[in-house]
Amino acid sequence: MASILSVRDLEKTYDGGFQALKSVSLEIEQGEVFALLGPNGAGKTTLISTICGLVQSTGGSVTVGGYDAEKDYRAARKLIGLVPQEMPTAPFEIVGDTVALSRGLFGLRPDRKLVEKILKDLSLWDKRDGPIKSLSGGMKRRLLVAKALAHEPKILFLDEPTAGVDVELRRDMWRLVSDLKAQGVTIILTTHYIEEAEEMADRVGVINKGEIILVEDKDELMRKLGRKLLKLSLTAPLSEVPPELARHDLTLSEDGTELTYTYDSQADRTGITTLLSDLSAAGVHFQDLQTDQSSLEDIFVDLVKRD
Amino acid sequence: MNFEAIKAIYVSEMARTRRTLMQSVVSPVISTVLYFVVFGAAIGSRITEVDGVSYGAFIVPGLIMMSLMTQSLSNAAFGIYFPQFTGTIFEILSAPVSFFEITVAYVGAAATKSIIVGAVILITASFFVPLEIQHPVWMVAFFVLTSVTFALLGFIIGIWADNFERLQFVPLLIVTPLAFLGGSFYSISMLPEFWQKVTLLNPVLYLISGFRWSFYGQADVSLWLSLLATMVFLGGSLAVVHWIFKTGYRLKP
Repeated sequence: MASILSVRDLEKTYDGGFQALKSVSLEIEQGEVFALLGPNGAGKTTLISTICGLVQSTGGSVTVGGYDAEKDYRAARKLIGLVPQEMPTAPFEIVGDTVALSRGLFGLRPDRKLVEKILKDLSLWDKRDGPIKSLSGGMKRRLLVAKALAHEPKILFLDEPTAGVDVELRRDMWRLVSDLKAQGVTIILTTHYIEEAEEMADRVGVINKGEIILVEDKDELMRKLGRKLLKLSLTAPLSEVPPELARHDLTLSEDGTELTYTYDSQADRTGITTLLSDLSAAGVHFQDLQTDQSSLEDIFVDLVKRD
Repeated sequence: MNFEAIKAIYVSEMARTRRTLMQSVVSPVISTVLYFVVFGAAIGSRITEVDGVSYGAFIVPGLIMMSLMTQSLSNAAFGIYFPQFTGTIFEILSAPVSFFEITVAYVGAAATKSIIVGAVILITASFFVPLEIQHPVWMVAFFVLTSVTFALLGFIIGIWADNFERLQFVPLLIVTPLAFLGGSFYSISMLPEFWQKVTLLNPVLYLISGFRWSFYGQADVSLWLSLLATMVFLGGSLAVVHWIFKTGYRLKP
C-alpha cells in the first residue's frame, strides 16, 4: 500500500538542549491504524506536534500525501486533523460555532449539513447551542474530535484519545476509530494503554527516549515476541519443583498447586510433549491446564526495559 | 490567501465581543460619560474656552483617542493571549493558515471593536457638547490608523505576555499615563515651558494632537508631525510582527 505520511530523519532539540526526537523515520500507509506506543516523555507528542507544524523541527523532513510539510504547508495540513492530548477549549465559545470555526480555518466554506452530521455522529447535536463549559469531560473529548473532523481530513492524529476516560467512552472511541477507518481515514494514535493498541491498531510503533525502537505489524509482533504460558493445576500440591523436571523452565505457585511453563510459541520444538511425559514419569498429576499468550503490554515493557 | 480562515477567526472574535458586550462596549462608554460629567461639566464649567473651543468639546478628541488606544491594545492582546492561555491556539497553528492571515484576522477584529467603541463615544459626546468636525477625512484616517496601529501593538503584547500581569502592564502602566499626559485633557500651551518640552517626548501627544486638529483645526504640533508619528508607530509594530513571524517567537517552540 502507498505511504501517505513519511517522516525522514526527523530531529527536534529544544532550546534547553533536550533532544526529544533523535532521527526518527516512519512510513504510514494509507488507510491503516497505526499505534504509537511509548512511556511518558518518550517523544510521542513531540513527534505529532512536529508533523502537524506546532513544533519547529531541527532536522529531517516530513511529507504528507506527497507535500512537504514545511514548503507546502497549506496542502500538507489540509490532509491532517489533530486531536490533542490535553483538552484545550475556549470555555465560553458555542459548541456549533467552534466546529464551524475549525472548518473555516482550513479554508473551507461553511457547511451546515456536514457540521450537523459530525455533531450527531458524536452525540453532541443536542448541545450545539450551549457554551463549551457546559460539556462534560467526555463530551469535550468528543468535541475535539468533531473539530478535527470538520475539514474532512485524510489523516487523523489522536493523541492519547482515551487518557482518563471511562470504559464506556473508551469503547465509543474505539468504535469511532473503526468507523473512520472504514471510511478510508488513516489514523495515528498514541497511547500508553496497550489494550487500546491491541484492540485497534494494524501496526504498532514503539518510541522510547526519542527513538523509534520498533515498527511491526501488530499480529506479527504478537506472534514473534509472543511467549506463551502453560498453566497446570495440580491434583496434589508440591513443596518444590521435582529435580527430574529441573531442565524445564517451570515455576511453582506459592501454594504449590500450580505449575507454570513458559515457552516460545514460534519455536520448532515447544517442549510441551517432553514436559508432559516427564511430568507423568515424575508422578506429578494435574487436573486442568490452560495456555496464556503474553499481551502487547508485556512485549512493550520488555522492549522498553531492554535498554 | 486563506480568506475563509481570516473570516472564521474574525467572526469568532466578533462573537466573543458580542458575548461580552457589557465589558467590551458598554463599560468604555460609561467611563467616558463619567469623564464628561467630571471634567466637562463639574470642572469644565470653571475653565474658560481652550483655544476658542469650549472645554467640554475640547476633551472629546482626547477621550476618543484614549479609548481607541487602550481598547485596541487590550482587545488584540487578550484576543491572541487567551488562546495561548487555554491552549486552543494549537488549532490555528496546525491549520493551513499563515502568520500574516492570523494577524490580519485578530488585528482586524480588535480594530473593528475599538472603532465601534470610538464611534459610540463620539455619538454619546454629541449629546453633551456641540461638536464640529472640520476635516472628516483626516478624522477617519487618524481614527482607523490609530485603531489598527494599537491593535498591532496589542497583538505583539499578547504574544509576548506569558501571564495576565504582563498582559495588563503595557495598557495600564504605559499607555494610560502617556495618554493622560499627552494632552487628552489639556493643550500643552497651558503647561510651563519646561514641561511643554518634556511633553514633546511623549509619542502619544502627536496622535492626540493630530486627531484634535481634524476636529477643531488647531493642534499642539504640526499635522505632518502627527501623521509621521502615527506612521512610525505603525511601521514599528509591523516590523516587530514581521520578526515574530520569521522566528516563530513564543508561538512555535
